[in-house]
Amino acid sequence: MLLELSADQEIFRDTTARFLTSRVPINEVRSLRNHPAGFDPDYWREGADLGWTSLLVSEEHGGGSVSGAGLVDLTTIAHEFGVHAAPGPLVPTNVVAGTLSAVGGDTHRPVLASLLAGTSVAAWCFGPALSTDGQGPAGPRCRIAGGEVVLDGTQRPVEAAGQADHILVTAWGEAGLTQVLVPTDAAGLSREPMRTADLTRRFSAVTFDGVRVPVEAIVGEPGDADDLLERQLQLAVVIGNAEAVGALQTAFDMTLQWAFDRYSFGRPLASYQELKHRFADQKTWLEACHAVNDAAAAAVDEGSPDAKELVSAAKAFIGDYGSELVQDCVQIHGGIGVTFEHDLHLYLRRVTVNRALYGTPADHRQRISTVLENQKERA
Amino acid sequence: MTDGTEDVDSFRRRARTWIHANLRPLAPDETAAPTVALPVQTEEEELAALAREREIQCMVFDAGLAGIGFPREYGGQGLTADHQRAFNAEIVGYEYPARLQAPTFSPCGAVLLEFGTEEQKRRHIPAILKGEEIWMQLLSEPSGGSDVAAALTSAVRDGDEWILNGSKVWTTGASTADWGLCLARTNWDVPKHRGLTVFILPIHQPGIEVRRIEMLNGSTEFCQEFLTDVRVPDSDRIGDVDGGWTVGTRWMFHERMLFNSPFVSIPVGASPGEVGAASIVNVARDAGRFDDRCVRDLLGEAHMLELVGQTLRRRIGRGVAAGRISEQSAAITRLFAGVSSARKATIAFEIAGSAGAAWTSDDGAAANCVDDFLMRQTSCIGGGTTEMARNVISERVLGMPRERTPDRDRPFRDVPRSASTRA
Repeated sequence: MLLELSADQEIFRDTTARFLTSRVPINEVRSLRNHPAGFDPDYWREGADLGWTSLLVSEEHGGGSVSGAGLVDLTTIAHEFGVHAAPGPLVPTNVVAGTLSAVGGDTHRPVLASLLAGTSVAAWCFGPALSTDGQGPAGPRCRIAGGEVVLDGTQRPVEAAGQADHILVTAWGEAGLTQVLVPTDAAGLSREPMRTADLTRRFSAVTFDGVRVPVEAIVGEPGDADDLLERQLQLAVVIGNAEAVGALQTAFDMTLQWAFDRYSFGRPLASYQELKHRFADQKTWLEACHAVNDAAAAAVDEGSPDAKELVSAAKAFIGDYGSELVQDCVQIHGGIGVTFEHDLHLYLRRVTVNRALYGTPADHRQRISTVLENQKERA
Repeated sequence: MTDGTEDVDSFRRRARTWIHANLRPLAPDETAAPTVALPVQTEEEELAALAREREIQCMVFDAGLAGIGFPREYGGQGLTADHQRAFNAEIVGYEYPARLQAPTFSPCGAVLLEFGTEEQKRRHIPAILKGEEIWMQLLSEPSGGSDVAAALTSAVRDGDEWILNGSKVWTTGASTADWGLCLARTNWDVPKHRGLTVFILPIHQPGIEVRRIEMLNGSTEFCQEFLTDVRVPDSDRIGDVDGGWTVGTRWMFHERMLFNSPFVSIPVGASPGEVGAASIVNVARDAGRFDDRCVRDLLGEAHMLELVGQTLRRRIGRGVAAGRISEQSAAITRLFAGVSSARKATIAFEIAGSAGAAWTSDDGAAANCVDDFLMRQTSCIGGGTTEMARNVISERVLGMPRERTPDRDRPFRDVPRSASTRA
């Protein structure tokens, strides 16, 4: 997170921090592992009142940012989600709300209103944006027939699909990539719950078996979803990264405190140079994680030409170095660090699951090399 | 602007207009900044390059663009780090006086500005900004390594003068520099940090012998100096007698903050002294391996490290400038830069394939990657080792217990030292 927030951003962040501290203290997070949805509807609705779902939505549609840079504002909320290992579908709901506000038609307005109010959540099928392996299109397909869009295929994992009233899906059709907003009660749509390492987030495999929705359900123009998907990927990555960085910050702070408190051989752990040097590395990686994701968020908000490479650099770096950081926190804790009773694993889980979502570090390194290649060709 | 300061945007436009009209655009594969240990040049080539840089610097001065962060009364522009950043963005792709930036403008110029007397500043800073005076640092010693405060070079008072004896090492540009900033011991009867004093002195004088050091890759950029009865007037002392560590601390701070300095022009995206991601792309191209998925992974990693390093520098620089984090946080950027630069040298060497072992001139950018690999650790050694940076981060930023320091509370003459330097 930025070292300096504006006064308004600071109030905004602090309000969510205090809400999360009181509503989902860490023992509550631990016990939510048995909750079918991972969060209560009231919790999400109250969070929406604090602005969790409105930052990427235009004022005209009932949203609005704090600072004029909605994604930067949203990263302060996502950071607090990470700090508290908090539940709730922050990434998919915001990605869908932002998309419906930017390009959705009139038929999508009621859905957008319910997302803003927090009375409903949305899921986002992260599609084939990262087909860097040259294997070509995979995932759902669509065709347009008699005023309807017909969808077939499976997408997984889809966060919060089981809790969502609508799913934004990207499908291949004759015209190219097309995005469709599908109600989850549509005939032929099924959601198979998947297992995950995160205690409070839920994922499903979503299958479309001849699902028919009116063509008005298409978001944007048929065949025109490449840019939408790229934009959504950038949003999702930046929000997820901010959450991971919040979790890393808490894990690091806990471990540093542990090093001062824990004595062995008559000395605090913090007095051993070997450990001090590892903390120095951890601190450096942590600051770098903050720095690169903040730069990525600002670049996406500004529509800067280097947004794509910064987003991928942030995802690749935070995925790899963040994992090493939090695993080293476990190592410094010793055996207690891998027990369920200790809080550390809640942050380890968040960082780990975020690493594997929306493209692995290796996927994003491939994306960066593609950007480099294009720059080379232009030069 | 109410205080008459030029705003960043109009400054940027002024800089852009002047740069485009007056400086030569670089050829596609030409870099303005030297890489790890300068390409091996003959002395004539080096002098010619330096003469051109002095000429450009003089033009920059006449155009009112030199010394962006230096006050106007000393020939600077009296502007901010943001103006410097704008200039750094505009200079990308053009020749610029790379060799004059460090250590001349900073840390040497920055230290003069901070601790020099009015007379010292008026005499030297305008000359520095016009490209007339090139400076070097006489800081490290053969006995000391990272333990800079254990300097053995002595300065003994003789009336209005000081007599300096000793040796300094790892200096750059001694054959071309005009002046040096020198840390010396003036009191052996107090603990090491309390008996140091900083002086300035002309390099080309009979009492100073300069020997080039040949590095393993053939570079002779680094030198060792031997000072024998060098007389320095007391008016060329910087800061208080025995107050040299106060100066030295800021000196090393300016050194670590180089990339965020309002005194230094470095093109955005350039990383002087290291293998840049852009040059690694050339290695991949000339090794014919651009389509190899493993190579693309490595290219992605190199570029990632570069982007992260840039954003980290900006975060730390702004945080320090705004007083949000301690100045000691500069060690964070130093550690990251050292480690990531070493990794990039490894990546380039890996991508070069067998051209890393033996090459011909047909191998293009893939030729001779091995030199940067052999010299890889310089990024983790020069300017204070990464081990020192880790000590600073853990102790001064995170507040962890200090290492045991048997040299702290006893007179320096009683501090145990290496066998080779005992009298």
